[in-house]
Amino acid sequence: MSFVEYSEFIKEGDVVIIFLGHESMMPIKVEAGAQTQTRYGAIRHSSDLIGRRFGSKVTCSKGGWVYVLHPTPELWTVNLPHRTQILYSTDIANITLMLDLKPGSVVCESGTGSGSLSHAILRTIAPSGHLHTVEFHAQRAEKAAQEFRDHKVAHLVTVRNQDVCKEGFGVVGVADAVFLDIPSPWEAIVHAKKAFKRKGGRLCSFSPCIEQVQRTCETLLEQGFGEICTLEVLQRVHDVRSVTMPLVYLGPEDGGPESAKMTTDPAAEEARPVANPGYQSVTCRTATPPREMAGHTGYLTFATKPRG
Amino acid sequence: MADPLGVESDEEECRICEGEYVVLKRGEVYKSVQVEKRKKVIFEKQWIFMDNAVGQLYGSTFEVDSGGILNLRKPKQDEDSTDNKEAGLDNRHIVDDGKSQKLTRDDIESLKEQGLKGQEIIQQLIDNSTTFKDKTEFAQEKYIKKKKKKYESNVTVLKPSCRILAMMYHGREPGKICHLRYDTLAHMLTMGNIHAGSKIIVFETCAGLVLGSVMERMGGHGSVVQMYPGGGPVRAGMESFGFPSHFHETLHEFPLCKVNALLSGTLNLDEKDMDSQSNDSADKEKSGSSQVSSGGGEEGSSEPQSMEVSLDPAEAKKREEREKLREQKAQEKKAKLEEKRKRLAAAAALLEGRNADGLVIASRFSPCSALLCLLKFVAPSRPFVVYCQYREPLIECYTKLREQGGAISLRLTDSWLRHYQVLPNRTHPVLLMSGGGGYLLSGITVAAAASGAQQKSSEPAAKRIKLDEITSTADSSA
Repeated sequence: MSFVEYSEFIKEGDVVIIFLGHESMMPIKVEAGAQTQTRYGAIRHSSDLIGRRFGSKVTCSKGGWVYVLHPTPELWTVNLPHRTQILYSTDIANITLMLDLKPGSVVCESGTGSGSLSHAILRTIAPSGHLHTVEFHAQRAEKAAQEFRDHKVAHLVTVRNQDVCKEGFGVVGVADAVFLDIPSPWEAIVHAKKAFKRKGGRLCSFSPCIEQVQRTCETLLEQGFGEICTLEVLQRVHDVRSVTMPLVYLGPEDGGPESAKMTTDPAAEEARPVANPGYQSVTCRTATPPREMAGHTGYLTFATKPRG
Repeated sequence: MADPLGVESDEEECRICEGEYVVLKRGEVYKSVQVEKRKKVIFEKQWIFMDNAVGQLYGSTFEVDSGGILNLRKPKQDEDSTDNKEAGLDNRHIVDDGKSQKLTRDDIESLKEQGLKGQEIIQQLIDNSTTFKDKTEFAQEKYIKKKKKKYESNVTVLKPSCRILAMMYHGREPGKICHLRYDTLAHMLTMGNIHAGSKIIVFETCAGLVLGSVMERMGGHGSVVQMYPGGGPVRAGMESFGFPSHFHETLHEFPLCKVNALLSGTLNLDEKDMDSQSNDSADKEKSGSSQVSSGGGEEGSSEPQSMEVSLDPAEAKKREEREKLREQKAQEKKAKLEEKRKRLAAAAALLEGRNADGLVIASRFSPCSALLCLLKFVAPSRPFVVYCQYREPLIECYTKLREQGGAISLRLTDSWLRHYQVLPNRTHPVLLMSGGGGYLLSGITVAAAASGAQQKSSEPAAKRIKLDEITSTADSSA
């Protein structure tokens, strides 16, 4: 198992995602002899996990069963331990595309935070790219570095514990893309500029507040960045379900007395299943929006660093 | 990494070469073209010769002159020379009477014919506008921007990328890509966990854009099997990426009409049906052409016999050459068929393992039957993603997958995208936005359930999960 390469079977030391059903999951690190409790009972790593194929069904000690899944950056995003506010897959997808990331890209990122975006970047730039990630919080930087080792992607990433606004990314002239998710991105733009390759590249800044965007865009323009573009993207989930709606009764169709209709066709009316006594109904398969959804994550500002 | 040698080779990669695919950009308009010398390209109603772009750096901006010739523009030339100190405070004195511009259409046309540059024409327009100086600073800026768009003829030459091509197709020909918006494509690539070294099945009718995007994310590592409907795979959009040749070695294709045969194990790789069909048509062609040539021969034979004999050496030679050519053509055709069969066998071998690492569908066809069928080639615990312009077909897919099992974490989504104008004290959402970018169904494959009943019974249980239960189980794992 690695976050940048699929394997078929579970091995000791792997991180696997236990799927308990309907958006309920948990990550576990596989250790011989260890046990993990779930609401369906215990999972014994040695007998239930090691050597099993990813995607198979595992029966827990209380008889319930779960699926064991191969980790992906997207599963990690919804399962990782939060140390900070994190970026979710919708923003990550757009950041990845708009930064032109692909295998071999060299990327600078700050802050590392909980590593949600970092894992997605690493997946995309492997096997030949590199991520330089800067986090000013020492403990967070250390935790992230540990996760990268556990997830077997450490060879693709350098974690630096420093303040990007003061000390930059620790590299100069290497980056194809720079990503900023810090409180004052405008202070880091001169450093970002230095990090780029001579031929230039793409920059993205993520900010929840429009005032931050305003200052960032002004600085980007001053620093000679082009194609500055700010956007916001939200994901809507559609909950698939069958809905049943009663039909309103408008009286007999031919205008005759009500009793006349009852006598002409009583069988057809009785044959239909009725949700409400006295009313006919229709059932349709549809998709409904959730009662509440994320209405704002942050603004994404993209820009191109020209050559030179 | 930053050694001077690396920079040198880096530099070479950044030069535009003849034969390469590039993207032309003006404002928000893109066009993909192949760089060929002495060939006219139409961009924004203007003829352009790409000749002068060859050898220049990617990202360079050119001015197009009246002959369609590109002239390299020096950077930092695009600063506004039109600095106007005078500006109004508001628009209370501006009346729309259609008389504010003193230059007529013909005047402007003649200015153009005189060879005035865009910048100069705009200056003329400003000088001849009676209301420009009364406009507010902001309105003046807007006016110049609008006129610039109309009269400037700059073209920037870019290296193609998934982002640029997705925006280009969405802007120019959304019908060709089933109205797949770029943020939706981004989401497909992310939810599909497309990365180097994997084996991905792609079924798309988006002109090859989705295929190209998948290949870009794989960087020439791993393999892609393109499932195609009809006679052959469509790849124009993929070609526009301008991938190096080794990328093409990772690409395979398999006809959808043979999927059932492959699944049931009845696919005959030596079968002659495909071959005989094309042989038939080839034979017809051949007989047709031979008729024509024999017709010509008959005309000759109407001459006296002796003449024919006397012509013999030259005629015989010709005939021999013709025969040789025909044989060569037949040989080539045979080699081509052999090659095609080999490719089919290679694609079949990739699929037969039933261990693909992902499935991406984005087509104008009803997705359900294709999805259920193609999922059989995907290994367990791998993501799949289906795009459809409409929501209902994906509801059908969702329902069928729920009944059948073998897939979890099913989600039907779409995305909402809004752009912003960011200017000092004038920041707001852009007035127009895309109404919709299509729908996605994503999920993860799992080992097929032993019995469907068991699968179903698990559903209600899953919904009854209480929040405290989740947290308690999560705690116990830590």
